Amino acid sequence: MSGARMTLAQVRYTNKAFWRNPASAFFTFAFPLLFLVIFTALLGSGTVLQNGIEFNQSTYYVASMAAFAVITACYTNIAISVSFQRDQGILKRTRGTPLPGGDYLLARATHAMLMAVLLVIICATFGAAFYHADVPTGTNLLRTIVVVLVGSASFAALGLAITAAIPNADAAPAVVNATILPLLFLSGVFIPLGDNTPTWITVIGNIFPVKHFLDAFLGSFYGPPVFDFSWADVGIVALWGIAGLVLAARFFSWEPRT
Amino acid sequence: MIDVQDLSKSYGDVEAVKGVTFHVDRGEVFALLGPNGAGKTTTTEILEGFRERTGGACLVLDHDPAKRERALRERVGIVLQSTGIDPFLTVRETIEMYSGYYPKRLETDHVIEVVGLAEKRDTRVNKLSGGQQRRLDVAVGLAGDPELLFLDEPTTGFDPNARRNAWEVVKNLTALGKTVFLTTHFMDEAQYLADRVAVIAGGEIVAEGTPDTIAGRDRMTPRIRVRVPEGVEPPPTQGPVGRDGVIEIQTADPTRVLHELTGWALDHGYAFGSIDVERPSLEDIYLEITGETQDAAV
Repeated sequence: MSGARMTLAQVRYTNKAFWRNPASAFFTFAFPLLFLVIFTALLGSGTVLQNGIEFNQSTYYVASMAAFAVITACYTNIAISVSFQRDQGILKRTRGTPLPGGDYLLARATHAMLMAVLLVIICATFGAAFYHADVPTGTNLLRTIVVVLVGSASFAALGLAITAAIPNADAAPAVVNATILPLLFLSGVFIPLGDNTPTWITVIGNIFPVKHFLDAFLGSFYGPPVFDFSWADVGIVALWGIAGLVLAARFFSWEPRT
Repeated sequence: MIDVQDLSKSYGDVEAVKGVTFHVDRGEVFALLGPNGAGKTTTTEILEGFRERTGGACLVLDHDPAKRERALRERVGIVLQSTGIDPFLTVRETIEMYSGYYPKRLETDHVIEVVGLAEKRDTRVNKLSGGQQRRLDVAVGLAGDPELLFLDEPTTGFDPNARRNAWEVVKNLTALGKTVFLTTHFMDEAQYLADRVAVIAGGEIVAEGTPDTIAGRDRMTPRIRVRVPEGVEPPPTQGPVGRDGVIEIQTADPTRVLHELTGWALDHGYAFGSIDVERPSLEDIYLEITGETQDAAV
């Protein structure tokens, strides 16, 4: 069987197992929507000053929770589930078969990216139905598609890379949350940053890929005049993704690390 | 099939395998025996391609396993010591998924039949018992119709019935012409399954041969034990009469000794409570060999 067909077959099995695992399906799919409802209920009536324009927070959350969903489906989901598979010996077993390891991981990343796309569509539909959020069309739609593909691939690569820093499956959720939660706050995913953000937060946020991904997503999803779209943001996310890939290629372990 | 020459492996200063040499022929069941930490798993994992050797040479199906060539992996099935199967797929899905990786493959239903999981074919892995999961491990190892199957302690943790069933599975494999490389702790398992065994201890092969002849087992003197009922005159022997009236005699001429003993009993009008004639078991031999090595190490 050719590599592409093998990978595709593997995506199907990954998908089957994913939906039968209540934990993975729940956290990946319910969390972003749950957060969207909660954040909007608590803070949605407010506005945020963005490019000098007052912007509805509830609309903001539709896009930021879609971006959050992409990060959860790719980075969090892959880092935790691959760590578990490594500790259970599933990765080692796979390595003893003719399936190339790269194909196996590519299948996992592809599945995560598909889940990310699905989640963005759900968030957009949900937002349009309940929060009068605009759905991107034309150029904005094309840009959004590119941003989601680049972002999901990059966060999937980073999810694979971080497994090298996870000593065992029990520690996986802690390591993953410690690396991603602060960034979600510092990058404006949970609380909009707007024009009046302290400089140090912007500086830190600008180092890591989360803020650039969110900015690119807002810039493509809603576009100007409220949000600027910059390919530089997309490029920085992609660079982080490539860095993740290089680190994963160098340090990824197919066997339990103990 | 497998050719190992002076194979060695060190981890830093520790020499786990110190130059072992053996070969495995096509269609044979070869068992590698040894205590924990003797270098058994290291040797096996080098042959499987999971570890790289630090010295010597080895060929598996004429390939160097360290190169991890796909062409080799397509012809080999590996059943690792610990299970690792996606818990959310069914038995059938699991076997189909793995057989999809191989150019040649066995019919899924046939594999399920061979390992005796027919009634569980649509059950998810996380609903299987430990023994059933182990059988699924073997099924996954067979999915690609391998010429050579590695079985690393396949029955550890099995109850006696499950072990018997697993043995039948392995016997079926040899009937299919497969070559099996087996590691085990259980001497009865090696005795029942293996055509040849090698004992590894302290990183070295200390004995090799068929289960019946290894370390001169066939030439060792058998032991005769008879139990004399109470209140009768015991047969005249060199040895003392032990507890419960048991007489134990080690002899190179068991036919004659047994004849003399039973003749005495019949002449005196009684029958022995029990009669046993046994050669040292594979386990006795194994304990003796590995015990010596351990003593030497101390």
